[in-house]
Amino acid sequence: MTGLAPEKTAEPSVQPPNRRAPRRATGPGFRPSPAGPGVDAPSTLTRVLSGIRHTFSSPKYGPVLVTLLLFIAVFVAGGLRYNGFFSGQVLLNLFVDNAYLIVLAVGMTFVIITGGIDLSVGAVVAMSTMIAASLLQGGWPPGVVIPLILVLTSLLGLLVGLMIHVFEVQPFIATLAAMFLARGLCYVISKDSISIVDPFFVSFAQTRIPLGGGLSITPSVIIALVVVLAAVWVLQYTRFGRTVYALGGSEQSGMLMGLPTARTKVLVYVISGLCSGIAGVLFTFYTLSGYSLTAVGTELDAIAAVVIGGTLLTGGYGFVLGSVLGVLVLGIIQTIITFEGTLSSWWTKIFIGGLLLVFIILQKVLTAKRR
Amino acid sequence: MTGAAPVVDMTDISISFPGVKALDKVSFRMFPGEVHSLMGENGAGKSTLIKALTGVYGIDSGVITLAGEHVSFSGPAAAQAAGISTVYQEVNLLGNLTVAENIMLGREPRTWRGIDWKAMRARSTELLAGLHLDIDPNSLLNEHSLAVQQLVAIARAVDVQAKVLILDEPTSSLDADEVAELFRVIRSLKADGVAILFVSHFLDQVYGISDRLTVLRNGALVGEYLTEEILRIDLVQKMIGKELTALDDLEKRTHTASTSGSVDNDEVVFVRASQLGRAGSVEPLSLPIGEGEVVGLAGLLGSGRTEIARLLGGIDRADAGELTISGKPVKLRTPRQALSHGIAYSSENRREEGVVADLTVRDNIVLALQADRGWFRPIPRKRQDELAESYIKALNIRPANPDALVRNLSGGNQQKVLLARWLAIAPRLLILDEPTRGIDIGAKAEIQKLVYSLAENGMSVVFISAELEEVLRLSNRVAVMRDRQLVADIENDALTVESLLALIADGSDSASANSSVEAVLVEAGPAQSAPSQSAPSQNAPAPTAPSQNTSGGTP
Repeated sequence: MTGLAPEKTAEPSVQPPNRRAPRRATGPGFRPSPAGPGVDAPSTLTRVLSGIRHTFSSPKYGPVLVTLLLFIAVFVAGGLRYNGFFSGQVLLNLFVDNAYLIVLAVGMTFVIITGGIDLSVGAVVAMSTMIAASLLQGGWPPGVVIPLILVLTSLLGLLVGLMIHVFEVQPFIATLAAMFLARGLCYVISKDSISIVDPFFVSFAQTRIPLGGGLSITPSVIIALVVVLAAVWVLQYTRFGRTVYALGGSEQSGMLMGLPTARTKVLVYVISGLCSGIAGVLFTFYTLSGYSLTAVGTELDAIAAVVIGGTLLTGGYGFVLGSVLGVLVLGIIQTIITFEGTLSSWWTKIFIGGLLLVFIILQKVLTAKRR
Repeated sequence: MTGAAPVVDMTDISISFPGVKALDKVSFRMFPGEVHSLMGENGAGKSTLIKALTGVYGIDSGVITLAGEHVSFSGPAAAQAAGISTVYQEVNLLGNLTVAENIMLGREPRTWRGIDWKAMRARSTELLAGLHLDIDPNSLLNEHSLAVQQLVAIARAVDVQAKVLILDEPTSSLDADEVAELFRVIRSLKADGVAILFVSHFLDQVYGISDRLTVLRNGALVGEYLTEEILRIDLVQKMIGKELTALDDLEKRTHTASTSGSVDNDEVVFVRASQLGRAGSVEPLSLPIGEGEVVGLAGLLGSGRTEIARLLGGIDRADAGELTISGKPVKLRTPRQALSHGIAYSSENRREEGVVADLTVRDNIVLALQADRGWFRPIPRKRQDELAESYIKALNIRPANPDALVRNLSGGNQQKVLLARWLAIAPRLLILDEPTRGIDIGAKAEIQKLVYSLAENGMSVVFISAELEEVLRLSNRVAVMRDRQLVADIENDALTVESLLALIADGSDSASANSSVEAVLVEAGPAQSAPSQSAPSQNAPAPTAPSQNTSGGTP
């Protein structure tokens, strides 16, 4: 979690203990009261405790921390219950199996931080697999197919963004339209599943990168992690990234502060489109086929991961790393159900549903307290 | 102070919106190192003038010069680049980001690795220190009080090297200590030569901080004055103005037999507020409302007159004191509960909180009655038609077509439809918040007559209006609000527009009308810059006030 937010490094231990005191009680409350150490000298322990409490009740860090604790708890519980759960490969397989979902969640995080939503990503993944499979079948080289997919999905994102900005269409509706469009185009390409035999794709799918100690990952994991790091940098260290947060805070205020809100709003959907394209390619590596009915409902998994990862659906707060954590939570629940053996995989959905409810209520509580 | 050339000079600015002349040849100037207050009631054109200056609205005619050069800004960003910064009434910052970001957003220091957070924090700490603000720039903005947020907004404005700082009602949600802190910052900016435009509805603050005042009324310039040379009472009079109306045929009400004498008698008091208040909205106050009595609520915009009406109507929940209805204590949590006790509130915000513009006149009229019956017992169409017909006739609603969409009616007729809706459920207390604002004179007279006859028939009415003549003409008693406090609750027998003005304007807390008039008169020196429209003499009847001793004639 280091590097998650550079301004976080000083927190929470440096928090003045009186931060949570009633703000308007005495005087304007502009400066921490110079009560000094003599008056009610707080011990280091209480200071740390109040710092922790403050961080947990912050809408910025609270949900992410809860998710982190949840992930650790589930992992420990799984390890105690099942033999062989406590292996590094179980952990790594979370990344291997969910590399495409991590990339989708990254794009979705951008969109949701602005207060929008992108329902099209699952269908765009399916469309990407179809384009890849059919073009490769037609003998196109992978070096052309992959960039083409990324350009097409980014263009679709641009279209959606322009629809949302220029015609002031609700993001829900605009991306719903894009979802049907992309899913429909899949059937135009082919009604049946197309398998991929292209040597580059096959070798990419089969390559394992050894990490020593019998552990290994796939190249897709590396790509997903690179996307994650790039996204962290963009959101944290560029003006564009900060404007994404500003949009989620208040578009009106951002505009009055002279920020390029219009451009940013459109670009966010381009990013989500691009990420869907990358996720689609990774998904093709994973399945080595293109099929119209693949990745149905994946957009909802991505949204769930982002929300569980601590991004507020109303926008303004959230971290890419939180979303990665969200994906890992979804993945580990699935792993537990696999280890349990007797449960149907649909139990995953039931757990995710319950978790989502809990997290949305948690967010409500955290934001309500700050008003 | 006037020796310097003005930094902003707006000359003969006119702006029209469809059907409305928002500004009519208004001139306004600002000097460096001076706080200039823009005064006026709602709809006077204050915000329009500010938006003309900051480039939000284009101007139809007139000239704006900034530091001697003609300017015409394409938008707020352009105005900001030229050195005009605005801090809006609602803090227009981002609560989800840190204080440092809110100050520096869009101008963040960067290195090749991207935003330099360290330099950003250092710069904002420096700026905050300049405003004597010792807060952690890493903290989220919405962890701080509104006052601090307001100051952060100013810190942002200061960082762009503002020559002109516009503060549009910065104090509307601050308490006294916070205002003092804000004023300290304003004074230090002033000392640095920044020209400051200040808008506030609180006269004490205006007199406390400004050097110069410009009064607007109905989109026209009333005048520019030096603060030290204009008395409060004259200022209020200029803001509110006098409307020589065609309403003089409507005689001023005097007390009807049933309500003369003590209104404290529980048998005739319908609603009684005892120390009723709501933190941040209106200070606890006590107000009895008798049956068949018209209680006028007078005060400037933002004085708490609407807030008390909202408490009585169950829109806002009181957090102090109690309310008794017919002697029984009740708690009003929703407008529905208020309605079930026979209290109806008609909002000042006619279009957004009143009529439903896309429904017909008939639908609007039966709306409250239908809600009262419950949606599963629809009012028969025939009954709806009868209701609509009778109210259209009784209130003279034009066009007299029950199927007309309310959006196509004039403001006055919309107001009548709204009144009809509440009258249809036969309330025992009708709260009318600015029912006559922005409507033509004929409709105004009809609504006043209606209020009069409703009270004659035993309905209690709380009547809120910015027009004092109207309040005086209709009310049995007048409650005067100032700075969210009830400052006077007086029988309307010896009240004149002048004494009421004095009560509204007076900064002291004296509750009696006469003593405050005297206080103002004592203050009144011979050095009055502007000739006031009527000499503030407590015995002379106001020129427009109708004769007071005639008993109320029925319309």
